Amino acid sequence: MNLKSFAGGLHPPDSKHYSAGKAIERCPLPDELIIPAAQHIGAPAEICVAVGDQVKKGQQLAAAKGFVSVPVHASSSGEVIAVEPRLHPLGRPLPAVVIKPDGKDQWDTSLTGADPEQLEVAALKEMIRDAGIVGMGGATFPTHVKLSPPGEKQIDTLILNGVECEPFLTADHRLMLEESERIIDGIKILRKVLNLETAIIGIEANKPDAIEHLTTACVAHNIQVQPLKVQYPQGAEKQLIDACTGRQVPSGGLPMDCGVVVQNVGTCAAVSDAVRLGRPLVERIATVTGPGVVEPKNLLVAIGTPLQHLLDQCGGLTGDPAKIIMGGPMMGQTQLSLEVPAIRGTSGLLIFREEDLSLKNAGPCIRCGRCISVCPIHLQPTTIAAYARLDMVDEAKQQNALDCIECGCCTYICPAALPLVQSIRHIKGGIMAKRRKI
Amino acid sequence: MLAAVLSLGGIGLVAAVSLGVAAKKFAVEVDPRELAILEVLPGANCGACGAPGCSGYAKGVAEGKMAPNLCSPGGDETTEAIADILGIEAVTLDPQVAVVSCQGDNRKATSKYHYLGLQDCNAAQKLADGPKECPGGCLGLGSCERACPFGAIEMTSENLAVINRDKCTGCEKCVAACPRQVIRMTPRRATTHVLCNSHDKGAQIRKYCQIGCIGCHICKKTVPEAYVIEDFLAGVNYEHIENAAEAIDKCPTKCIRDFCSGYPEGSSFTPSRDDAA
Repeated sequence: MNLKSFAGGLHPPDSKHYSAGKAIERCPLPDELIIPAAQHIGAPAEICVAVGDQVKKGQQLAAAKGFVSVPVHASSSGEVIAVEPRLHPLGRPLPAVVIKPDGKDQWDTSLTGADPEQLEVAALKEMIRDAGIVGMGGATFPTHVKLSPPGEKQIDTLILNGVECEPFLTADHRLMLEESERIIDGIKILRKVLNLETAIIGIEANKPDAIEHLTTACVAHNIQVQPLKVQYPQGAEKQLIDACTGRQVPSGGLPMDCGVVVQNVGTCAAVSDAVRLGRPLVERIATVTGPGVVEPKNLLVAIGTPLQHLLDQCGGLTGDPAKIIMGGPMMGQTQLSLEVPAIRGTSGLLIFREEDLSLKNAGPCIRCGRCISVCPIHLQPTTIAAYARLDMVDEAKQQNALDCIECGCCTYICPAALPLVQSIRHIKGGIMAKRRKI
Repeated sequence: MLAAVLSLGGIGLVAAVSLGVAAKKFAVEVDPRELAILEVLPGANCGACGAPGCSGYAKGVAEGKMAPNLCSPGGDETTEAIADILGIEAVTLDPQVAVVSCQGDNRKATSKYHYLGLQDCNAAQKLADGPKECPGGCLGLGSCERACPFGAIEMTSENLAVINRDKCTGCEKCVAACPRQVIRMTPRRATTHVLCNSHDKGAQIRKYCQIGCIGCHICKKTVPEAYVIEDFLAGVNYEHIENAAEAIDKCPTKCIRDFCSGYPEGSSFTPSRDDAA
């Protein structure tokens, strides 16, 4: 097999055996759906319902505010019982709509789909935006923005991200195996929107069944399936472009600067639903896994379902949880509580017990250079982190700290357990703050 | 030999004359008062006055753009010296010192999560608003200690910042470094302070801190003129500090402290002789 890759990165134990063989299961509705207004990058949506309102599944709860923003929808039918700040995956209470589902799970009947062949590009984009579609890989960047490159940028390639390089996660893997028609339909719609022919699905070689299945399914549709080397962060946008096309995104640039748009396979499936059925993004597949979970599963989750409810469907905990992560172990967000809801970016829920973790206090840097050899952006993480500790903003900028994609390779490999990514993120904040001041 | 002496001497002469002419022609006039003021400033370059450093402040004062009493490290002495140079009457300010309004160290206040990251309060504050359960308490990672140009701040072994009243010059660098506004500027003459920064209600505070202000109003009932209570948090009314210390023993959570009788637990500092007097 011709396995392409990028320079740098590493291969942590992928631990996908917990859930890779488990078919997608629909998670029953919880007693309360907590749907935050901020579930995407950009301006939070503005809540447009009040306590006591009866809502249908798919009805808009909050309206988009600005271009880089998307609306938020009810993920089941029921009554709005509260509009108040609730603990958000970001770690602080943020405005949310709380719905008590009525159990009927009725769709809003005003939502109707259309045949994408018959629609104009602008109408397609509008449908995608109104459906609240965001990048489902976890970054949650509004999809319609990515699909609207400025006129002077020539886009000739669409890359579909089915890499799922984060250890433990198997949500995209299962989607590719079980729902390939939706993915392919979404790709066709995206090709029409971007007015291009070339579409490449990148898949890491540790999913041979998905590669085989999609290769067969894609033959008739002129979509190429590219097996990729098992190497983290193969699924990071710029690394994926490098591996699939050999093109390099310039420093400070975006994929469109080298003629590429990248979309996650989950996003494609959501785009298909948004256009064909008119259904907004109200559910997603999340992998509930880790050594702390009795029976790891891939669940189809209504947005707003509390994490505790997901765990209950998986047999609960095997012991005292010491670390709860939303997303993958390398880039996911550590959670304070199991009360927080699953949101659009929740690709997984990982539970670790104390014995599964190595919690070390940071020691001094021993100048071994391992962080430099694994950095997929070819930065010097230890140098930037040293500047971060000393608040030397200009020097960190000189070292291209802003190009860091925060993939976590350096922190993972560091034998001194230095919080490298956190330090770099801290100084990136400093650089941006200084830029705003000037 | 002679040729060498002549040529080198000639070059020297030409260079000397041109330098002399240039020095006269392109001379930058400096207000002599500016140099005199720079002499009397402490030279800490702390920025408390608002200028980027002592020379900037000297220039500002000499040009009449800045007031002569803004140098807090120098205090009254410097203000008077500057006034002398400028030939005006000195107006001294109420000298200030910084106080950490929190005594909730690792033993007394609980944490939301176990933090192993960058030892910097501002970095920790970005992660779910900091590891401390209390929204206003000292995070204890030492950002203020590193910001202090005078070495006036120490971190106790249980991670609480304490400011030495003898060394603090009131430059406010620590106030700017703290992400939680725990450090407040208070008049030097006041030694009694309420050391809590949480506006949560009493029942809430008792869940996460043994030494926080629960807003019970007992201090205000004991010495009405010396205390104000705002949003469930007591504070000293620095206009009437005379009898403030009387409420200390009455406070049920012991969050009021008189710095004459000692610094918070775990601190190596001893009470200031100035305060005792």
